[in-house]
Amino acid sequence: MSLAASILAGDRLALSRLLTLVENNDPQGLEALNELFPHTGRAHLIGVTGAPGTGKSSLVNRLVLHYRRQVQPAPRVAVIAVDPSSPFSGGAVLGDRVRMRDLSGDSGVFIRSMASRGSLGGLAQTTAALAQVFDAAGYEIIFIETVGAGQNEVDIARLAHTTLVVEAPGLGDDIQAIKAGILEIADILVINKADRPGVESTEKALKNMLELAHPLRRVFRHHGRIEVIEAPSTAPEYNSWIPPIHRTVATEGKGIPELVESIARHRQHLLESGDWQARERARLQAELEDLLRETLLRQFRSRIAPQTYEQVLQQVLERSLSPWEAIHLLTNRRQG
Amino acid sequence: MEERKIRVLVAKPGLDGHDRGAKVVARALRDAGMEVIYTGLRQTPEMIAEAALQEDVDVVGLSILSGAHMELVPRILELLRANGQGHVKVFVGGIIPDEDVPRLLEMGVTAVYGPGALTEDIIRDIRAAVLGTTA
Repeated sequence: MSLAASILAGDRLALSRLLTLVENNDPQGLEALNELFPHTGRAHLIGVTGAPGTGKSSLVNRLVLHYRRQVQPAPRVAVIAVDPSSPFSGGAVLGDRVRMRDLSGDSGVFIRSMASRGSLGGLAQTTAALAQVFDAAGYEIIFIETVGAGQNEVDIARLAHTTLVVEAPGLGDDIQAIKAGILEIADILVINKADRPGVESTEKALKNMLELAHPLRRVFRHHGRIEVIEAPSTAPEYNSWIPPIHRTVATEGKGIPELVESIARHRQHLLESGDWQARERARLQAELEDLLRETLLRQFRSRIAPQTYEQVLQQVLERSLSPWEAIHLLTNRRQG
Repeated sequence: MEERKIRVLVAKPGLDGHDRGAKVVARALRDAGMEVIYTGLRQTPEMIAEAALQEDVDVVGLSILSGAHMELVPRILELLRANGQGHVKVFVGGIIPDEDVPRLLEMGVTAVYGPGALTEDIIRDIRAAVLGTTA
């Protein structure tokens, strides 16, 4: 039986082996991926991102427990937990399982730790491919926990259908932790550790930022008079999704059922609005373009003599060529 | 092209709550370029075997200070084999009486380290055990 066939038949060891092969860009892994690809497209991919120390792993632990114990029929759940590789040694200590020990012993759950292996943006290069393997293997819910650098982790929004951005009170400047891209990618905002002081101000900060991103019609009292500010006409009112804010205490399971409810609502919203298809399309297109770039680069480099490349690089280093002139030279040389 | 990444599960089976040694080893292995999955304290043999399966590790490193190694280690070896992971190299570190070492090795443990073991030796032994047999 081929590796792919074993995985479709539910062999967990084969699944685990393939994850390794895919991670290592092994040709055998690619072959199995090709075979599995027609079986993908069914899973709900849920991204979990946020600054370090916000409790992402504990939150995922509780969410998975909820799916397995409270949802009928219980979906099979996979977790891909990405942690950073050391830029110096290339090694990594992957510790997300420590917070997920409750999930041990449940054969409907599969947790895989992944080192980022030098990739930026919160995911490893092969995270998307790993998710595809789980999808084909019949895992209906796939959590993808990002590195947790806090900012700049926007890759997850491209990969996941639903992105949770996790915050916690008292992590210093509330706005700082969520500024720029990270808030815009949130489909659902979670304030974890909500039993801590400062939760009010964290929620207020998030609401204010959301308000900027999604302006709504507002009615309020000003000097005793009722005032109305209409939403700007550019606001995408109809069938737009306003990210809800949830308070949770993951270690105690507080707020988890409501959060799971929101995740289900978001999925429903995506399906009804057509965004599910749009996201799938954008994701697969991005994946194709990444592959294309990689393949073309490899082909190009294989056709050009290393000495030539080195010469041009040297000229750029000496400032006798600009990088653009260098590229022009290299690409024309290849064609000639 | 790229060097094969060695994946190691560092686990603390049993009830003793001291993981300093396990953490020191985990860090040293990371600094040697390995990917270390750390599972935390008080793992049952079942939990360790399950994690080894899901993470497809080459090596399981067990830190045992409780004296229960003669019960825990054979059980873990048995579960690994039952899961089709008989190829996984098992290393044991901790407080292991000298007379138990040959018995552990006989069961299939690759190496046993006591207090004062050098991380360089552990790294060298892991590389030899993993790359020597599969490279």
